[in-house]
Amino acid sequence: MVAPAPKPPLLRFESVSVVVGSGVALLADVDADVVAGAITVVAGPSGAGKSTLLRLGDRLDIPTSGRVLFEGADIADTDPRQLRRSVGMVFQRPVLFAGSVVDNLRVADPGASPERMGVVLEQVGLEGSMLDRTGDDLSGGEAQRVCIARTLLTEPKVLLMDEPTSSLDPTNRRAIEALARQFADRGLGVMWVSHDHEQVARLADHLIVLRDGRRVSGIDAEAYLSDEDEPGSGS
Amino acid sequence: MNSTHIGWAGLAGSFTLIVIAIAVSIWQKLRLSRSIAWAATRAAVQLMTVGWALRLVLEPDASAIWAWAWVVVMVVFAGATLRQRAPEVPGIWWLGTLSMATVVVVSFSVIFGFGVFPVEARTIVPLAGMMIGNSMTSCVLVGRRIVAEFSEKRDEIEARLALGQPWPEAARPYTRAALRTALVPQIETTKAVGLVVLPGAMTGLVLAGVDAFDAVTIQLAIMYLVLGSVATSVTVIGLGLTRQLFTPDHRLVRLDRPTMTGR
Repeated sequence: MVAPAPKPPLLRFESVSVVVGSGVALLADVDADVVAGAITVVAGPSGAGKSTLLRLGDRLDIPTSGRVLFEGADIADTDPRQLRRSVGMVFQRPVLFAGSVVDNLRVADPGASPERMGVVLEQVGLEGSMLDRTGDDLSGGEAQRVCIARTLLTEPKVLLMDEPTSSLDPTNRRAIEALARQFADRGLGVMWVSHDHEQVARLADHLIVLRDGRRVSGIDAEAYLSDEDEPGSGS
Repeated sequence: MNSTHIGWAGLAGSFTLIVIAIAVSIWQKLRLSRSIAWAATRAAVQLMTVGWALRLVLEPDASAIWAWAWVVVMVVFAGATLRQRAPEVPGIWWLGTLSMATVVVVSFSVIFGFGVFPVEARTIVPLAGMMIGNSMTSCVLVGRRIVAEFSEKRDEIEARLALGQPWPEAARPYTRAALRTALVPQIETTKAVGLVVLPGAMTGLVLAGVDAFDAVTIQLAIMYLVLGSVATSVTVIGLGLTRQLFTPDHRLVRLDRPTMTGR
């Protein structure tokens, strides 16, 4: 019997490098894949290039060399507006726009009905009655969930999550992790940045470890993950 | 009409006020005496030069081309001055020059098109000076405000881009806020005219012996001209600068370090 062919990655980073004006390489020749139905965790110490790699996937930054493919097509040749509706991004700090939750959701989909907005709020564990609340009335955890709901309205196939729990308490942290798992179980490709070892262990179906802009593997990756000095308070 | 002629003696008399300002500086140990003397001397030299050149341009038999050439020089100098005053604003030189040129074209089209003032050297040069001079501060303000707004709100703008908004839509709330900030002072100035402030042109006309009501109508036309010019120049700089802060593929450029190149 022939084994089924491995699923092609939704998002593929091919030898991507990012060099800034001063000649400093934020990323150097990094290869990485994000596959459907799994959480790919990008781990590494601060300044390792994790967020830079994530931003390349949404074309908020571009590689100096190398390329990024979405569903096999070079994203440099894709309309970035279309790409960004298929590849959603959740930022480290919850970024809410002025106005109510409805106003925020309408930025993602101006024509969204209240029912549809209620559904996405429910998907992130919030009640539909929150629609009229403003950003100032929300806790950090609720604000981050609204940001995730907003991204879900674009019906992404990939979700890029840049340390989305770093500003949250342990309860909310676990809740957002559980959401990411649900999204992966529903077939989305999730790319999650973290420097929290315990969180990495809980979430990673696939692991990418970066150090000084380079992908490390084998002993080097294990050495990073077993480093006692690195944060691991993500209980 | 009673014409007011100051003459050299009158000018020397008014200089007494500068002497008072210097005396105050010395008395209060403000260490501004030299600055005051330099400002007064520089203003005198600049205005005398301008007056001499204006005389040549405004000669009854002088060609209007000289007046238009004067306007072109003003536009180019305005761009250079803006670059000096707001070097942190990318592209301010060409954006400033473009905005001043737009102001001249739009405002003169209206003013001369409706026959508010006749198209003569004696109207072209002073009116261009009023439009450009009054637009400068607002242009600096809008340029600085946009740079600050786009740096401070980078997270929000990128969150909008990440939701698939095109750059003009993602930038709109922040550009709009900067335009409002730059326009409000001129609107407030216009509101205060007559109540708190007697504007310079009107004061000058009254001093020169022009009927007060005639002076008021001329002043009003100039106020409208100035407000329209400020709105036009601020909009050109605001929209042009916003456009410059995004790449064609809808990325926000970094204002704190050089933009990355490549695919």
